Amino acid sequence: MKRYSFLELAKNAFSAHQNWGRQWRAPEPKAEYDVVIVGAGGHGLATAYYLAKEHGIRNVAVLEKGWLGGGNTGRNTTIVRSNYLWEESAGLYNHAIGLWQGLSQELNYNVMYSARGVMMLAHTVHDVQVAQRHIHANRLAGVQNEWLTPEQAKEYCPPLNIEKNIRYPVMGAALQRVGGTARHDAVAWGYARGADDLGVDIIQNCAVTGIRRSQDGAVEGVETAKGFIKAKKVGVVAAGHTSVVMDMAGVRLPLESFPLQALVSEPVKPAFPCVVMSNTIHAYISQSDKGELVIGAGTDQFVSYSQAGGIHITNHTIDAICELFPHFRRMRMLRNWGGIVDTTPDRSPILSKTSVQGLYVNCGWGTGGFKATPGSGHVFAHTIAKDEPHPINAPFTIDRFRTGRLIDEAAAAAVAH
Amino acid sequence: MLLIYCPYCQVERAETEFHCGGEAHIARPADPSKASDEDWVEFLYMRNNPKGLAAERWRHNNGCGRFFNAVRDTVSDKFLKFYKAGEPMPDLEAIAKEAGK
Repeated sequence: MKRYSFLELAKNAFSAHQNWGRQWRAPEPKAEYDVVIVGAGGHGLATAYYLAKEHGIRNVAVLEKGWLGGGNTGRNTTIVRSNYLWEESAGLYNHAIGLWQGLSQELNYNVMYSARGVMMLAHTVHDVQVAQRHIHANRLAGVQNEWLTPEQAKEYCPPLNIEKNIRYPVMGAALQRVGGTARHDAVAWGYARGADDLGVDIIQNCAVTGIRRSQDGAVEGVETAKGFIKAKKVGVVAAGHTSVVMDMAGVRLPLESFPLQALVSEPVKPAFPCVVMSNTIHAYISQSDKGELVIGAGTDQFVSYSQAGGIHITNHTIDAICELFPHFRRMRMLRNWGGIVDTTPDRSPILSKTSVQGLYVNCGWGTGGFKATPGSGHVFAHTIAKDEPHPINAPFTIDRFRTGRLIDEAAAAAVAH
Repeated sequence: MLLIYCPYCQVERAETEFHCGGEAHIARPADPSKASDEDWVEFLYMRNNPKGLAAERWRHNNGCGRFFNAVRDTVSDKFLKFYKAGEPMPDLEAIAKEAGK
């Protein structure tokens, strides 16, 4: 792999940056792999990368029906944070935060992780109590999070409207300074380049059409658009389409897939210094390094694979944004789109072995999987390599829906993750 | 925004008048004390989540307030059938064939 450095940049400047070369190969699938990962999004590519890097399993293929990073990895609002309520979640998301901090160096790829702070607003007395409980729980679990008064919130984020005369005035905010944003595409590309360099085959435009099982029920391999590929182990990381893929192996999951929307404005000069979220009036917003305001809306109320949500959902979010940030009222929105998110009943992910020998699943990230990308890949690679979960993802089984040990972030956060 | 036909009011109204109640025809275990943990998991949590035709519950919140069922294609979001609560689940394959899927 050609290492990227200042020297390389200078050298390539002399050839007008025409000779950088490809970042990863476009191989044809081999007949057999030790591990096949279904889905080349951030989580799948990270899984393949850590399988090769930390567990020495390099005979790995990542199969992708579309193009690499073209699903939810390329559609999310790029927010990184770890201030979840429960200790199990704190462990998982904080693990990711730890990896985010060194990720650009690790991958030799600028993922543009920017710890600009994530501020979650409180608008009612109930919100204030919940947020403060959240902060206390976070501090006990070793997660950085602090309380701000409305004035402190305004100081941290000057565009914020803290007037008392709006429908849901800001009564305070919880600020996680280590939270922020990262460049979503770069995360997928960085992991793809790193994994490819370690020998992983990334095969795009290769939809999985079936999962073949042997007489004794164990996984034998996958049927694909490019023929049968034998595999000792198969890890499904297919986000919104997880139910569809797992159905091929006869495994039922507690998932429902909903369209989740986001939109960006025309690009403007730096005007917005952090990430602001409001669960109560449902809006979240940040500014990308290109200058666009990146705004996240809610999910539709019905199961759909349409990758396009209802306009009233977007309008609802825009209403909230305009009230909280009046000077954005005249901004024009450039694009909006939808991604299909797979949600679990407790709004926590599943990273688990399944009832099928050799079949593993990483799903259920719902509306907020991007932030966990490095941690998710890291512990899922461990789960596949060792055939047992890493201590961090041990609670995130499918079996928790039988035992009742749910990790109830749905009740804890109500909406946006 | 979907347009939804309420089979009780017999009118077509905007989606914002309705609430989706998720997958239809999930029967509560008939004898709860005899149901195993696996039965409860299936009833409470497991969902078909199909890519294609789905039978789902809707409630006309801002109208008659009654639950009814609908068959919808989860790829195009088009409704193919509305029917009253209590009516049996229609033959999804037949509906798909009729719709040319």
